[in-house]
Formats: sequence, structure tokens, C-alpha cells
Amino acid sequence: MTERKTSALPVQVQMLSKHFGTVRAVEDVSFDIRAGELLTLLGPSGSGKTTLLMMIAGFSRPTRGSIRIADQEIVHLPPHKRNIGMVFQNYALFPHMTVGENVAYPLRLRRFGRSEIEDRTRRALDMVQLGGYGARRINELSGGQRQRIALARAIVFEPRILLMDEPLSALDKHLREAMQIEIRQLHDRLGMTTISVTHDQREALTMSDRIAVFSSGRLAQIGAPAELYEKPESRFIAEFIGESTFLPLRHTPAGPAYGEQVIHFADEVKPAAGEMLLMLRPERLRLVPANGTAGGGKDANVFTGQVQTIVFQGESLLFEVMLDGGHKVSVRMANRSENLRQLPQAGDRVALKLERADARVVRAEG
Amino acid sequence: MESYVSHRDRLWLYIFVGLVIFYLVVPMLIVIPVSFSSTTAMTFPPRGWSLRWYEAFFGEQKWIGSLWVSLRVATLTMIVTTLAGVAASYTLHQSSFRLSETIRATLISPLAVPSILIGVGIFFVYARIGGLLNTTAGLVLGHSVVALPFVMLTMSAGFSSFDMSQEMVARSLGANRFKAFVTVTLPQVKFSVATSMLLSFLVSFDELIISLMVASGPMSTLSRVTFATLRDDVDPTLAAVSTLMLIVTSVPPLLLHLYASRVRARNGRNAG
Amino acid sequence: MANVSTFPAPGPIGQAEFEANRRALERDRRAETRMRINLTLPALLVVFVLMACPILWLLSLSVVAGDGRLSLENYALFFSEQVYVEMFLKTFMIAFVVTVICVFLGYPVAYLLAILPPAWSGVLMLAVLVPFWTSGLVRTFSWLIILQRNGIVNKSLVWLGVIDKPISLVHNMTGTVIGMVHIMVPFLILPLYASMKAIDGNLMRAGANLGSSPTHAFFRIFLPLSMPGLVAGMIMVFVMCLGFYITPAILGGGKIKMIAQRIEESISLYPTWGPAAALAVLLLLMTAVCLFVSLKLVRWLAAGR
Repeated sequence: MTERKTSALPVQVQMLSKHFGTVRAVEDVSFDIRAGELLTLLGPSGSGKTTLLMMIAGFSRPTRGSIRIADQEIVHLPPHKRNIGMVFQNYALFPHMTVGENVAYPLRLRRFGRSEIEDRTRRALDMVQLGGYGARRINELSGGQRQRIALARAIVFEPRILLMDEPLSALDKHLREAMQIEIRQLHDRLGMTTISVTHDQREALTMSDRIAVFSSGRLAQIGAPAELYEKPESRFIAEFIGESTFLPLRHTPAGPAYGEQVIHFADEVKPAAGEMLLMLRPERLRLVPANGTAGGGKDANVFTGQVQTIVFQGESLLFEVMLDGGHKVSVRMANRSENLRQLPQAGDRVALKLERADARVVRAEG
Repeated sequence: MESYVSHRDRLWLYIFVGLVIFYLVVPMLIVIPVSFSSTTAMTFPPRGWSLRWYEAFFGEQKWIGSLWVSLRVATLTMIVTTLAGVAASYTLHQSSFRLSETIRATLISPLAVPSILIGVGIFFVYARIGGLLNTTAGLVLGHSVVALPFVMLTMSAGFSSFDMSQEMVARSLGANRFKAFVTVTLPQVKFSVATSMLLSFLVSFDELIISLMVASGPMSTLSRVTFATLRDDVDPTLAAVSTLMLIVTSVPPLLLHLYASRVRARNGRNAG
Repeated sequence: MANVSTFPAPGPIGQAEFEANRRALERDRRAETRMRINLTLPALLVVFVLMACPILWLLSLSVVAGDGRLSLENYALFFSEQVYVEMFLKTFMIAFVVTVICVFLGYPVAYLLAILPPAWSGVLMLAVLVPFWTSGLVRTFSWLIILQRNGIVNKSLVWLGVIDKPISLVHNMTGTVIGMVHIMVPFLILPLYASMKAIDGNLMRAGANLGSSPTHAFFRIFLPLSMPGLVAGMIMVFVMCLGFYITPAILGGGKIKMIAQRIEESISLYPTWGPAAALAVLLLLMTAVCLFVSLKLVRWLAAGR
């Protein structure tokens, strides 16, 4: 990792709520953001993530709660006094100004001197790899270029934090993936604390230091991408990030069990209130022929069943397997020649092997 | 929506519409040649050519005085209604306002009310209150009622195609509401504002009934004097006045319309 | 793992600070509402003080008799005297005739505007808009010149041998109608064009595809779909005719007196303002009824699609 400038200051959100009449768009959300971190607010539409971003930016008035930036309460400050950079979903570049004038706008508002403005504008444009575009008009730019200009304009005055509202949703798939990496690199160079909003879990996983997942206005879980992927706490999170299928568990004296089969976990699983599920990531299950030795024991869990369908998806194959226990499970296998040598066919009986370390319990509701 | 019917089959339609257009456009142009007639008979074609009626217009106090009144009142009406209308329309455009539809309908309602009613009503109010009959202020206020709906309609259309998130961005970058409006919003709706100004000026300049009821004598507007002369004492100076009014009320909107089409065409080509 | 969302100790922020925030947010919200009211107030004041209040005053004036009592005698006046009953009938008749002629002349123009390619429809539109923008006074005066006894229409008709001597085309109903139609036609064309433009072109093509001849498709598909716009335009023209002043006053030459002129006269004709106010209120009622009918009719027509 490149060295980060720790000039950015932390953000503290406490008990923030936004009610529209009886609708609770955001309910009692609290979290901290660390200096220089890129935090992504992730969730389906209607989860409250955009409303939350708007409250931090100052465009939506919270019903109650507190927002602090560097220990300064800002919840009642108008947007223009918050010194926050923001990139809107549709970029909102000023069509009646040139690229250079757009980027220089916040500097002019802050009464910087002319040479200082020119200098900073040039540097900001260079940083987004659009140096020399200063004289162009907005309608001459492509979507990806506009997005970069919007970024340049948002960072040119060195705000304390940067907000991005679904910055990549207007771009096509290839450009989006390239931009995800570029934004991440830009963030590393600037070391600016950044909050990004998206509904695309892949984007969140690629770009973020931490992800905050929202559901129905509440913060469901917050953590690093790997953490959320490996240890989701609820079915909602497990389904939203990555793919999973689930098997119902019941409690037995020997531990949680799927039907009669006791499941082996890496750590001891404490019984908890509410329904518990076994989360199965398709790529963590290994198909072995049913007649071979299971190779199980206490280090792996083995399930038996019958292959229903096989779907070719380019870089991987997706198997739908009906377990003997009556549940359907997905298995993903990398498209490699060594796998293709002994490929099960539809209708074959197979065994699925789940390593103990990969076995994970999630709450049914979350 | 183009039709798959051939031109020949529709020839009768073209001819009919052509005649209607002829009826609409040509008659009003007749004041132009008549205004240059050298005789007092207002015949077409004129028997001789002269500028005497224009001289009469610019020479007589009743005409020049009333022209002055009309220009003054129209300018003030333009300023008052444009300011009030832009402010109101802008505020209503910010969607979180509860009563915005009702208010907008109220502000446009004078269009649906016959101006004789508005004129009589205002006359009674002025006669009672006193101090506003036969004054510039009284005329300006009266004209503002009928001009305001035009401003509201024009600005509504202008704001509706404007993306408010640009103002939000400007505010996030450090501009307060007023500065954001002036540096970002206004330059982009300036065409609608110009149209509003022109419309309100012309509505006031052309206005007859309210002016008839509310101001007379030295405070008569040009249209009032024209009307009185038309009704009582027809005089070829009227042709000269009419020609001037024709130019004033039809040429500026025409130019604005053509300019707008050209701008629209240019933006259409550059869209991307 | 401690999940930050399940419960925050209001850490360094206490109850008092939450309260302070809430009050600050309230203040901010009120300031914003005040700003909004201040911006819309001027326009609202203009309309209320100069239109709504005067009309209410008219209403109150109209129900006061000459001696100051509350009574409807002002209204009765207009229904009892012959000359006024004639005025109502004449006003309605003229409005009706003008509306019908406008439909007859205006519908084809709107139709052509809707189907012509952009370049041509732009020119045609200008031909409709320029008269529309021009002062009504100028247009009325033009008709006076054209329709007068030795005006060009009469001279041509005599020259062509259609008539022996000039007929009177102004200072009567004929001139009034001609002049009013000229002013009203664009008011029919423009909304009608707008509603025609919104008709989905594919519907006509579907009709043709299913076997409809162009005429048949027009009458069964296009015309019904254009009805809401047509009805709206017609009622708008009708309402405007009811309250119209300029053209009847000039081209009617004193022989045609519609409601608007009578209202103006009544102010000086009667000792009190009661009669003028009553007539004004009657006109307002007629306008309101027409607009209401229009709204319902258009909605009913549009819903039936």
C-alpha cells in the first residue's frame, strides 16, 4: 500500500434518523469513519443509504441525531458551509461553463488568487488524467470524462471529506470496472476520507476499505470487504454480498445439525435465539463423485445429492444440486481443464464437500 | 407524426389551410401601406404616398404623451412581474413545497378571467381607496395582474427543463443559495427570463380594457387613445399608429422565436 | 464482534447536545419556510389584492340595492328589460357562431401542423403565431379598413360583378364575427395542435395495417383522439368571446353590444355601481360554469380512451 497522507479527519455519525411522516427512511444510524478511509454505503434501493448521504452533505434535514466532522457538529450547517466535496450521480457539471471554469468554481467562491486558481485547477485535472482539457465544453465530453471532471471539481478545494452518490451507475460495464480501480487509486493518492454510495456489491468490494450495509433504513453490518464476505451476520448480508444458498439448522446436544447430520464448524457456535442457517458459498463447495471416499471426518462436511442442471457461465460452471435432505444448493466450479476431466452430468449422484473452515452460520433475519 | 398519405390526395387540405393562413396574416398588414397614404381617405391601395400621418403622430401631444405613458408603464410592469414571477416560479419549482400546485394555479388564473371583470373590479377598488386612479402605479399594478400568468407559464417551462441538482452541487462547493442561483441557475434560464420580460412588456403595452377603466386624460395609454380615436373619430393617423404597434408587438417575439429555434437546433446537434 | 449499529453509547455526545441539535434543525427549517413565503408573496399579493379581492367586492356590491339594502334587484334588472335579454342572447349567439367557424377553419390548420415535417410545420406555425402576437387593436382596425364601404372587399365584389353596390360589412354582426374569428382562431389552433402532437402516430399506422383507408382511419381513430384538445380549445374560445370587448366595440359600431360593453356602460348609466357589478358577476358565473363543464368534459373524453 502506498503511504497515505493523514490530513483527512474522521467523521462521526450518531443516532441519525430521517422520518417522512410515518416512513422511517433512516433509523438510528451510528458509525464512525476513520481518517483517510473509503467507506461505501451499500444497500438495495430504499435502504436509506442515499438519504443518509444527503444528510451528511446537508441537503436533507435529519429528524434527529448528530453528525460531526473532526469533532465539529455540522448537522445544522447549510451545505455551503460544510466544506465537503460531492460527486452527484448525474455529475451535474455546469453546461454554461468550460471544463476549467467548472473545476475552478469552488476556488473562485473561496476567493483564491488567479495564479493559485490556475495552478490548482491544472493539478486537479492532471490528477484525473484530463490535463489540458480546461478549455473544452461540457457537451464535448464522454460519460467517463464527465465523471472525472466532476471528481476533479469536488477535490480541487481540498475538502475534509468526499461524498460520491452512485458515481459509476451511469457508465457501461467495462468503463465501470476500469473506473472502480481508478477511483481507488485516486483515493490512495489523495488520502481523502471518502463516503461512496452504491447498490452494486461488486463495486463496494472493489473500492472500499470498509462497507456499511443498509437495510430498511438501518445499518445492518459494517466491516472490511473480506470480513463481510466471510462472516456475514445475517441472511440478508450473505445474499446481498456474493451468492449463497442456505440450509436450515436445528440445535442438537452435539451441536447445530442439518437434519440428522451434525455440522462441523471452525469455532464453537453458540446457540442463539431465532432461526439459524448454514451459509453455503457456491465456490466453497467441492463436487466429488458419490461413490468415492468422502474424505470427511471432522475436518469437512459432506452432503449427498443429485445434479439437476449445469449452466456454463464462461469463467465458471454453475451446478444446481438437489440434496438428499430436500434442499437445492448451488455449486460453482472454475472452468479449468482439471475440473472438466471428471465432470458430473445432470442426473448423476454427487457428494458436496464443505471444509470445516468454510462452514458459517448466519441469522435468518437481519 | 408524418402521414403515409400522398401529397396529391391532400391537395385540398393544403389549399384550404393556405386560404386560412392568408386570412390570418394578410389583412393585418394592410395598415402598413395605408399609413403612407397621402389622402385622408383610408383606401387601399392608397392614392398617393406621404409621411404626413407619421408626422401627425409624432407631432401631436395626445399621441406622443400616451406613447410615453405606455412605454413607462410597460417597462415598470415588465420589471415588477418578472421579478415577482421568477421568484415565485423558482420557489414553486423546489418540489418539497406542499401547496405548490394550488399556488401555481392561482397565479395563472387571471388568464381565465375576462379582463373586463378585472378592469371593473380594479376600478371600483381604486375609486374607493383613492390615490391610484389615473396614476402610473395604478396602471402598473393593474397590468401586472394580467401579465403575471405569462411570466409564470414561461418560467415554469424554463425551470422544468432545468436540473436542480446543479444548484445543489454549487451549494456543496461553497455557494450559498443566492450565489448558486445567480451563478448557476440564472445563466441557464436566461432565455426564459428574456421571454418573460418581453411577454410582460408586450402584454402591458397592448393592454386596453384595464387602462380604459383606470386611467384617462393625460394618463391615457397609447392603446386607450387609439381605441377612443377608432371609436369616435377615425383618422388616418391611426394607420401610422397601428403600423408602429404592429412592428412593436410582432417583430420582437418573432426575433426571439427565431433565435430560440436556432439555439435549439444548435444544441440538438451538439447533444451527447 | 461488536457491531456498531446495535447500540451506540452516545459516547462523547450527551442528551443535552442532541437537544441542541434538534432545536438548531428546527430553527433552520423555519428560516427556510420563511424564505419560501417571502419569495412567493409578492406574486400572490398582486393576484389577491388586484383580482380576488376586487371580484369579491363586486360580488358584495352586486347584492346591494340603490337604497343600501341587501337585495337581488340589480340582477333582476338584467332579466326583466328586453334590451338586456337580447344582449345575453346576442352574446351567446355570437360566441357560438365564432366558435363554430373557428373550429371549421382551425382544425385543418392544426392537423396540418401536426403532420408536416419539422421544417414546414415551423413556417406554418410562424404564420399562426405572428398574428397571434400582434395587438388586437391593430387587427381590428385592419378589418375596419378592409370591410368599410369603399374598402377593398366591397370594391372587389363590385368589380367582379357579384353585387351592384357596396354592402355594409362593418358596424354590424358580420364585421364583428369576421373580426372576432380572426383573433380567436389561433387560440383554438394552438392547444388543439398540442393535443394532436401527443397522439401516438403508431395508432394510425396500426389502423392502416388492419385495413383502414386514410379517411376511415381519420374519422375512427384520429378525430376521437383529438376530441379532448378540441373541446378544450372550443370552450376556451367560447369563454373568451363571452367577455370580449375590443372587436364588438369597434366593428359593431355601437349596434352590437355584448356583455362587456354593457358592463362598461352601466357604470355611468346607473346611479350606483350595483348593476354594473351584478352584470360582471353574471359574466364571471358564466365563465366559471363553462370552464367547469370544459374540465369535466375533457376529463370524461380523455378517460374513455
